[in-house]
Amino acid sequence: MSLEQLSRDKIESARRDAALWREEFSIFKADEKYVTRRQLTKFLTLTSLAMFAGNFWILTKSWLRKMTVYPARAVARVGEIPVGGVKLFKYPGPNDQCIMVRTSEDQYVAYSQKCTHLSCAVYYAREKNQLICPCHNGVFSLKDGSVIQGPPPRPLPRVVLDRRGSDLIAIRMQDMPES
Amino acid sequence: MFGYEFYVDTSRCIGCQACVKACEECDTHRGVSMINFDYLDRPNTIETSAFVCFHCDEPTCAMVCPADAIKKGEDGIVQSSLKPRCIACSNCVLACPFGIPKLVPEYEQMVKCDMCYDRTSVGKKPMCATVCPSQALAYVRSEDIPKLRREKAINEIRFGNEVVKTKVFMMVPQDGEDRISLDAADYMWEGEPNEPGTIIAR
Repeated sequence: MSLEQLSRDKIESARRDAALWREEFSIFKADEKYVTRRQLTKFLTLTSLAMFAGNFWILTKSWLRKMTVYPARAVARVGEIPVGGVKLFKYPGPNDQCIMVRTSEDQYVAYSQKCTHLSCAVYYAREKNQLICPCHNGVFSLKDGSVIQGPPPRPLPRVVLDRRGSDLIAIRMQDMPES
Repeated sequence: MFGYEFYVDTSRCIGCQACVKACEECDTHRGVSMINFDYLDRPNTIETSAFVCFHCDEPTCAMVCPADAIKKGEDGIVQSSLKPRCIACSNCVLACPFGIPKLVPEYEQMVKCDMCYDRTSVGKKPMCATVCPSQALAYVRSEDIPKLRREKAINEIRFGNEVVKTKVFMMVPQDGEDRISLDAADYMWEGEPNEPGTIIAR
């Protein structure tokens, strides 16, 4: 075996036995896996900038939602439903299902029918005097729409009603404060 | 520069030190020359030699660096230590078989020849090769070297049983060995002639 062969074998065996540190601390610039200080700073700056923009966007969006003008629309006639009776109507958009319940002789309440948990339709359970979502057993109070039981995270949005003559007019939607 | 290689021919060196001065004038390391300039046997001969970094295929300087500060680029150039990482421990200075890396105390950093990265990366020749009047340091196309020189170019250098392959070529006589020894100890007789691992000098 020649000397060159011996030497080559030695280098080869050293390569085979290459420890993990040799891979991690490679002598080649292309294998550099660690981020430099400048890269990290750039990442932090750009990320925080994106976070700021995102927050600003959310803020703007909620501000715009507060500014929404709701149409006033007649949704029912007084005495149309009996005490304890229910009427479904759409407000404010054509796809926003709402539920109105006549709680006493001259008292009406209306809420969005969309459960705040996963948007199943709630129904009025007359014997319990509650709004119940059958999907996950969420229960809302009929009085103010607050969550009594179950997974819904927020109270039902309320439809503010006004009585003009013999018409019940829906004026706006009202997000009920969380209790 | 693509197709160009560095050739060192110490037999052509006239000792003018133009390479040393030219290297010193570089803006990236002003006042510190990266050329290894030597008088070989000053009392008896005027012979001198000028070397640049050999840019080994497996650079020992980078392998021994405890701070991971010496890196080899895709072009095969072993670069100076990275300033944020170098701890000025001199490991590379002691390990390099050619004695190329230099620790500059004022910089607290190892610096070495990077074949004028600022120049070669934009298509210019390294400064030392540009100024060398006898072309002992030459940066030419590899296909041109047989036309320009009588000597042959080799890039495998032997240290004892280790063969170091380099990017920079050395010019040796046509009838010389394909792997030359730079270490004086390789020319000393040691052990039995036929014992494996013994170098027999010619």
